Amino acid sequence: MSIMLEAINVTKQFGGLTAVGDLSISVPEKSIYAVIGPNGAGKTTFFNCVTGFYKVTEGDILLDGDSLIGLRPDHINHRGISRTYQNIRLFQNLTALENVLVGRHPRMHAGWFGAVLNTPATRREERDAMNKGLDLLNFVGLHGVSDELAKNLPYGAQRRLEIARALASEPKLLLLDEPTAGMNPSETEEMTQFIEKLRDELGITILLIEHDMRVVMQISETITVLDYGKKIAEGTPAEIRSNPRVIEAYLGRGAATQHETAVAEVPTQGE
Amino acid sequence: MLRNLLKKYDTTDLVMYLIGAVLAALVIYGSYQTLSSGKYSGEVWLDFIIFGLAQGSIYALIALGYTLVYGILFMINFAHGEVFMSGTFTAYFLAIYLDSTGFWNQHPIISILLALVVAVAVSTTIAVVLERIAYRPLRGAPRLVPLITAIGASFFLQYTFRGLYGSGVKTYPDVDALKGSWNIFGIEILKTQAVVIVASVILMVALRFYVQKTKAGRAMRAVAEDKEAAALMGIDVDRVIVNTFALGGASAAAAGIMYALIFKQVNAFMGFIPGIKAFTAAVLGGIGNLPGAMLGGLFLGVVESLGPSLVLDGLGIPAPYQLKDAIAFLMLVLVLIFRPSGIMGENLSEKKA
Amino acid sequence: MTQEKKPTWKDAIQLGVIGGVLVLFVSLVGMVQAFDGRYIISETLTLGQLLLFLPPLIVGYISATRTDAQHRVSGILFGSVSGLVTGAILAALLLLGSAINLRAMFINASPELMDILMFGQETLAVATAVLVIGGALLSVLGAVIRLSPPLIRSAILSGVSAVIIMGIMQELLKITFGGRDWYMPIDDFLYEQKGLSWMGVVVTFLLGVAISLWRARSASRPKKTVVKTRSRERQRYVQIGSFVLGAILLLILPQFLGPYPSEILNTVGIYVIMGIGLNIVVGYAGLLDLGYVAFFAIGAYVVGVLTTTGSLATVMWSWWLALPFAVLVSLLAGVILGIPVLKMRGDYLAIVTLGFGEIIRVVALSNWLKPYIGGAQGILQVPKPQIGDFVFKDPEQIFYLVAIGIGIVAFVAFRLRDARVGRAWKALREDEDVAEAMGINLVNTKLLAFATGAAFAGLSGAIFATKLGSIFPHSFNLIVSINVLSLIIVGGIGSIPGVLVGAFMLVGLPELLREFADYRMLMYGALLVVMMLVKPEGFIPEKTHKAELTDRGDVDFDSEIEPIAPAITEI
Repeated sequence: MSIMLEAINVTKQFGGLTAVGDLSISVPEKSIYAVIGPNGAGKTTFFNCVTGFYKVTEGDILLDGDSLIGLRPDHINHRGISRTYQNIRLFQNLTALENVLVGRHPRMHAGWFGAVLNTPATRREERDAMNKGLDLLNFVGLHGVSDELAKNLPYGAQRRLEIARALASEPKLLLLDEPTAGMNPSETEEMTQFIEKLRDELGITILLIEHDMRVVMQISETITVLDYGKKIAEGTPAEIRSNPRVIEAYLGRGAATQHETAVAEVPTQGE
Repeated sequence: MLRNLLKKYDTTDLVMYLIGAVLAALVIYGSYQTLSSGKYSGEVWLDFIIFGLAQGSIYALIALGYTLVYGILFMINFAHGEVFMSGTFTAYFLAIYLDSTGFWNQHPIISILLALVVAVAVSTTIAVVLERIAYRPLRGAPRLVPLITAIGASFFLQYTFRGLYGSGVKTYPDVDALKGSWNIFGIEILKTQAVVIVASVILMVALRFYVQKTKAGRAMRAVAEDKEAAALMGIDVDRVIVNTFALGGASAAAAGIMYALIFKQVNAFMGFIPGIKAFTAAVLGGIGNLPGAMLGGLFLGVVESLGPSLVLDGLGIPAPYQLKDAIAFLMLVLVLIFRPSGIMGENLSEKKA
Repeated sequence: MTQEKKPTWKDAIQLGVIGGVLVLFVSLVGMVQAFDGRYIISETLTLGQLLLFLPPLIVGYISATRTDAQHRVSGILFGSVSGLVTGAILAALLLLGSAINLRAMFINASPELMDILMFGQETLAVATAVLVIGGALLSVLGAVIRLSPPLIRSAILSGVSAVIIMGIMQELLKITFGGRDWYMPIDDFLYEQKGLSWMGVVVTFLLGVAISLWRARSASRPKKTVVKTRSRERQRYVQIGSFVLGAILLLILPQFLGPYPSEILNTVGIYVIMGIGLNIVVGYAGLLDLGYVAFFAIGAYVVGVLTTTGSLATVMWSWWLALPFAVLVSLLAGVILGIPVLKMRGDYLAIVTLGFGEIIRVVALSNWLKPYIGGAQGILQVPKPQIGDFVFKDPEQIFYLVAIGIGIVAFVAFRLRDARVGRAWKALREDEDVAEAMGINLVNTKLLAFATGAAFAGLSGAIFATKLGSIFPHSFNLIVSINVLSLIIVGGIGSIPGVLVGAFMLVGLPELLREFADYRMLMYGALLVVMMLVKPEGFIPEKTHKAELTDRGDVDFDSEIEPIAPAITEI
């Protein structure tokens, strides 16, 4: 299997503070890859580096073998990376459909004159985008809310809409920042299945940050654990579950030296 | 190596820096030409600088009001220039009354203080009433809405005071004690300018102390930081906001009296231009930042006073003093290109999330 | 709100004081005196008096609003107390003004004002009594109106408003239609020399009542749902039909109105073009631009320099030839001034653009460029455009130019709004960082907004130049930028029809009310404040915003769920 995203010794510093230190990961194509770690471990910072929002201090990030360093966020999106946010950041005063259409922006071409003259090409493109957008809304399970303002949607629907918006650009790699945050168990379960469906049906590679261990253990093939910006472990869910350093990071020093029971505790940590 | 460097800055940055560099080069070239021509003597430059400082300290005091309000409500109080005007214009009537009785020149210090009291009372009242009527109901509204209210209030106040006190230009009586100049360390300084600079430095230090050290000041900073958290901590947010407006009004009134000492003339529209300049100063220093506003005001004052002769003269532009406003704004653009959040503003470019 | 509403003495007195401040305000600011000769009802009621009567009336009305049906009597009683206080404050002004010379400070506290406040009484004592009792009576009247059944109340209010409006409009109607044959009988019927005739009062009052009753009836009737069943094809016909009808109306409108109103329409239209342009920058893209007048000025000056036949004549092109250059140069200026501010946000952007506007004006005014653009004297003799033998000479003809300009600009803005470009703008407005992460090129998108807005302003400036026939730097004040910004917000930000409404309110209305010249800006300021307090979303909010405002309260999921999902922001 080829590698979709590769981070090589990525370091991000803010002043003297190292938010991400010397991080290297390889995300295989069509896999679900999770980055976990306590609050402040640098997970979102890493996402921001990948999407070009932050300029990395050192290291390289490759998508399909091409470096993303120095590219602007919009260029990186054009290369095929799309994302969602931990604290949902929709375009609040745009309708659900408009949100998705904005997400479709990099796949469209109409410019100023095309729009003003309403050329056949523009019209066709708009119609296609519209259909595609409605399909996507249906795909994420948002039926009949296309004209609702984003901010008027219920919380769960907003999360889904954010994913639909990210999908609209037909990305190769989707970054999900805590997609189940703030959801109840049944919503979480639904979202978990949905993420798997994304990979299986659309063939997208998924990189996700998640706090809910049950979700992480259930769907990810590989997990990287960050603590204070450093990678402290990497492996399959089973490996991570029994890694003493991970337990230490989550439960504090001493916990790891304790009994096996603590190990069993880890998966329910996120609840 | 160069490629790596180029990668760090994208084309927009480069174009911006290029524009900045061209402007800076013009400034330097113009200054060089003027200085090498020896058209002005060292004393003249000193005069320019001192006048600039005096004018700048007035800007700084007005700018404090903008910055205080902005720090807490994130709104541009466009009517702040009118708050400045209202106090000064009203105190004029006390001044001429005192002058007609002869008290003004017998007890100049008491007289000026009395005028200050009246100005502060009026300006503070106007600022607080403005907050209560025009801004408070709009606290949750989109940011453009209070801006428009402020603009409306600005017009309203201008024309109200024109209606009340008449449309003519009024002239403050001279203060005999402040005529002439002092010789300080061999430098001739006009007395009015010296007084204005010293007084405003004292006021600014006092204000800084108030905001940093007193309980009310701490509450103000807490509200600026996070309104909801402050409210949870038992701080009466509404009251703090009123305090802020009052404080801004008072410092504007003080600025007004100093303005009257230097420029003498007052009318209903006198607040508009200094208001905009002061706002520019606040932005220049990094809006929401108190020392920034002070620094921005002084910087703007000096630039305005020096710029035309120093830069434009050297570039061979006729009647350069007409362009002093253009110089002021050009400086603003130049500063913001290189420091997008102002001189003292925290640098947001890295941490904009 | 289940609490029993019962007025208290404190409330009543407080209201009375507010009313008192109002009467003091209108008196001392000079309005009472200025409008003393301005009769609303012939020989009976002047506008100045009306201004004095309104505060106690309103105070009484509001006082009664605070009571419910059970406390009707006490409502009226408390209302009268408020009015009493208001009257007493006015009386205090009269007494004080008669005793000492307030004029040293308040220029309008003149003997004439005191004379008006005497209301024809001989002695101060009687006049004081009249003011106090009159205040009380007026507010009782206000309270009674408030406490009468809704239908009657709105009928009375509507009727009274109609009388006042028609009274104020006398001069305006005369200027507009004075020369027309059909208007003279109407004028004779409604008006005396000064103010409405009694016949006019009755007729306009009844008209107001009728309108109110008709509106009440049509509101109570269930709405028919025919609209939806209409087929698309028919809709299209209706659209085309109304378009043609509108075009014909526009064609004959200036001829019908005559020069003065056409001139006002042209001014409004020039602001509409700018408004639509700034709407793209501020309303769509969310970039607060306070220096928009710069592009207006550039457009005007380019036309001026290229076409003038006066002392500054250069190439003496025709207006039509110069027009594309004006638009192009403005557009380029938009891009050039846009580049340095690309990275600036919010208020930094506002002040820098304001600075640009001022720089352009100051430079235009200076001696530096005087040999080319005339300095303070400006550029004279800008020719009128011409097509064949048809010269766009008078306001009536310029009107067509303005109308075409608006048409083009509105069409472009309308097309862009719902297109890819428009969505990118709106995304930018909502959240710049996310927009960029969604693949939107911020630089291009922002510059496109600046350029489009600037080009529109350039067009507007070009029309302005030829309309005026000359260009002076003082036409390009900061006030213009502020005006344009205000009108798009008052109209409803982001909405194109809103720009029309806003322009009529903020540009047209003040132009129409020129006879109140001294108090125009005062009322303008007050209008802006009141407007924002009452209708912060503007008169015609943008489509999507409207939805959010009408659906108020039905969805608020966020607040319920928020505690579970704290917004932990990592570095």
